[in-house]
Amino acid sequence: MKYSIFSLARAALSGHKNWQRTWRDATPKDRYDVVIIGGGGHGLATAWFLASEFGIKNVAVLEKGWIGSGNAGRNTTIIRSNYGLPGNTGFYELSMKLWERMEQDLNYNTMVSQRGVINLYHSDAQRDAYARRGNTMRINGIDAELLDLAAVRKMMPFLNFDNARFPVQGGLLQRRGGTARHDAVVWGYAHAASALGVDIIQNCEVTGFTRDANGKVTGVETSRGRIGAGKVGMAVAGSSSRVAAMAGLRLPIESHVLQAFVSEAIKPLLPGVMTFGAGHFYVSQSDKGGLVFGGDIDGYNSYAQRGNLPVMEDVCEGGMALMPMIGRVRLLRQWGGIMDMSMDGSPIIDKSSVDGLYLNAGWCYGGFKATPGSGLVFAHLLARDTPHKEAEKFRLDRFQRGAMIDEKGQGAQPNLH
Amino acid sequence: MRIVCPFCGERELGEFTYLGDAKPARPAADAGEDAVFDYVYLRDNVAGAMSEHWYHGGGCRAWLKVTRNTLTHEISAVEPAAGVGAAKVGA
Repeated sequence: MKYSIFSLARAALSGHKNWQRTWRDATPKDRYDVVIIGGGGHGLATAWFLASEFGIKNVAVLEKGWIGSGNAGRNTTIIRSNYGLPGNTGFYELSMKLWERMEQDLNYNTMVSQRGVINLYHSDAQRDAYARRGNTMRINGIDAELLDLAAVRKMMPFLNFDNARFPVQGGLLQRRGGTARHDAVVWGYAHAASALGVDIIQNCEVTGFTRDANGKVTGVETSRGRIGAGKVGMAVAGSSSRVAAMAGLRLPIESHVLQAFVSEAIKPLLPGVMTFGAGHFYVSQSDKGGLVFGGDIDGYNSYAQRGNLPVMEDVCEGGMALMPMIGRVRLLRQWGGIMDMSMDGSPIIDKSSVDGLYLNAGWCYGGFKATPGSGLVFAHLLARDTPHKEAEKFRLDRFQRGAMIDEKGQGAQPNLH
Repeated sequence: MRIVCPFCGERELGEFTYLGDAKPARPAADAGEDAVFDYVYLRDNVAGAMSEHWYHGGGCRAWLKVTRNTLTHEISAVEPAAGVGAAKVGA
């Protein structure tokens, strides 16, 4: 099925009743060259890059629920590449460039909207830090603009500029940042990967690994039987520790809950994505009009996909500090997702110490924007057995070597990242 | 989630701060790098009942040892963590 203006016209003539399912819901074969655990954005992107870039098409993606039922469908859909540390800067820009061509690559409308991401600053020190980050981005060929107060006023006149405690002084703007439709990203990768022969297998929970006499992983045990594999890749952020434990591994990761919120629909207000620099609050407006926002993780270990009221209150206070007029807007819904919080706040994409088992983990709460980049570099690792050059620093042994990538400078306390 | 502090009674979550898993124990000074790496960076990341340290900063300012299920948030036991901090540093 190829989507185009002609397919749309044809479907319109028949009253849109003849649209075909966009990907195959496969039943498992006995063996695959590569088995990916996890049918979220990262797992499906990995499968698509394996098939399209590296010519490995005998691939299965195993998903315990339905595709996109985990964090891929629970995030706030923000895409950006405004990172300051070596390792992150290049990787997230690789991902940003893949977002910019994703719809053409996949032949699927993922609603990528480069409406801009602005981080507001509220003090001289914060302006200096943002200027430095913006300069780092520009040196690396990434767009960044430091806006002064007048420029922010022009862009978002509705902000509370007179806040005595946290006056808005300006912001760091990345115009190429923005949002994408998270579910469509999952469906788009499923659509394109399935067309190249990748088997997407739902309701198939991995319950263990099969190993040979040398300890090499030879396949997985699942709720739908044993499936053999040349290599197994894990893309199960949120549950990485639980899946890795089946292979006897302990990871530098804690699972924490992050909440996200949507308000009732209001008329167009926000020009793009905005973050509050004095608290933790980020917000954008969906095409349907709802304000989509979030803040900090709850701060305690959790595998329950729901959070508690103190953080909800804190997030809403952050929003009210910037935009007091949203106090009259009602909250429509709220949910939680489980974050793979690594010990330095950065991801892990590496071989594990178990032969044949590869890790894609530790995305903290920044996994969505990384989806295409993560798929490319993980597919590279699975296909070539060497890290992609933009993922060379995301090694599992970096904690032992003291080569952490700690953007926030918090140290090994995952609930503070 | 509410925590029943053994000193203050039932209090709302916002009064408490989380440290994490109570199981890792600081290795002896001569234990070597691997033991320190394990203590600082590796986690069991328990899915189920877990013993953990919470600080009641908005109340009695005592450290507590809370047994909580990470799958359901259900709290089954709360006890004072007196002496744990001292034991950690070998006092």
